[in-house]
Amino acid sequence: MVFPGSNCDHDAVDVLQRIYGQRVREVWHRDDRLDGLDGLILPGGFSYGDYLRAGAIARFSPVMRNITGFAARGGLLLGICNGFQILTETGLLPGALMRNIGLRFICRVVHLRVERTDTPFTSRYRQGQVIRIPIAHNEGNYYLPGEQLEELEAARQVVFRYCDSDGAVTAGANPNGSVNNIAGIVNREGNVLGMMPHPERRCDPLLGDPDGAPLFHSMIDFLTGG
Amino acid sequence: MKPAILDPQGKAVLQAARQLGYEEVVSVRIGKLIELEVNGNDRDELKGRIEELSRKLLSNPLMETFEIEWNRDPDD
Repeated sequence: MVFPGSNCDHDAVDVLQRIYGQRVREVWHRDDRLDGLDGLILPGGFSYGDYLRAGAIARFSPVMRNITGFAARGGLLLGICNGFQILTETGLLPGALMRNIGLRFICRVVHLRVERTDTPFTSRYRQGQVIRIPIAHNEGNYYLPGEQLEELEAARQVVFRYCDSDGAVTAGANPNGSVNNIAGIVNREGNVLGMMPHPERRCDPLLGDPDGAPLFHSMIDFLTGG
Repeated sequence: MKPAILDPQGKAVLQAARQLGYEEVVSVRIGKLIELEVNGNDRDELKGRIEELSRKLLSNPLMETFEIEWNRDPDD
């Protein structure tokens, strides 16, 4: 999915095409046809310049109508960074992404703990595995009010948490103030995942341990029945 | 921002204000001002629609509250 201002679409396309040999179609936000697609990625970037609120305007793009239907039919939907922001603004995922608590744009590699491996996105990881993935954002502070947060946790919707190198979920390991160190969540049905870190930037061994690769591999396994 | 939400921008500005000597300031919260010019004849209908727009697009009800101030059209 490409919106005006998306800039991480090429990385995602490259990973899927070059590393996994998949057929990829770039969907411009004004197209509203998603036929023939098994999975959708909402990439990172600055759709609409992050004007008003990150993802707030992209949410109303013509294509988003059909994305809701696509998700309802069980299609796989992955939102990365700005994509996660768009998914929360749309209501396909609960919560909101606010300004980083330190008020600065953070660009660095963080540790994430994989909390669930029984999703189409994480089947290739080990439960509790600690991975290193880069983040690059100014509004990555995940927020959900108390009661809804309890429900989210009870329903095991948290998929990735910020942690230290030993896998401990500590305040020091939290780069942006997200409640419960939440870095990525899934909807109740398990087919829509949103995450602030960029797994597509860690798929090529040239760029470091390809800790993002299992995520795409899991998705392909799921879609090909592998 | 809703009162329950931590406002790091507001906090940063508060600290700066107090450092400047304005100790009487005890809290700062920062929001947005959006000016809309609207056309229409039915004032009540307009109010309803703009409230709807404010909930749908202009604010994120999870994090933000809003207030609408109506100014009179100068030609009124």
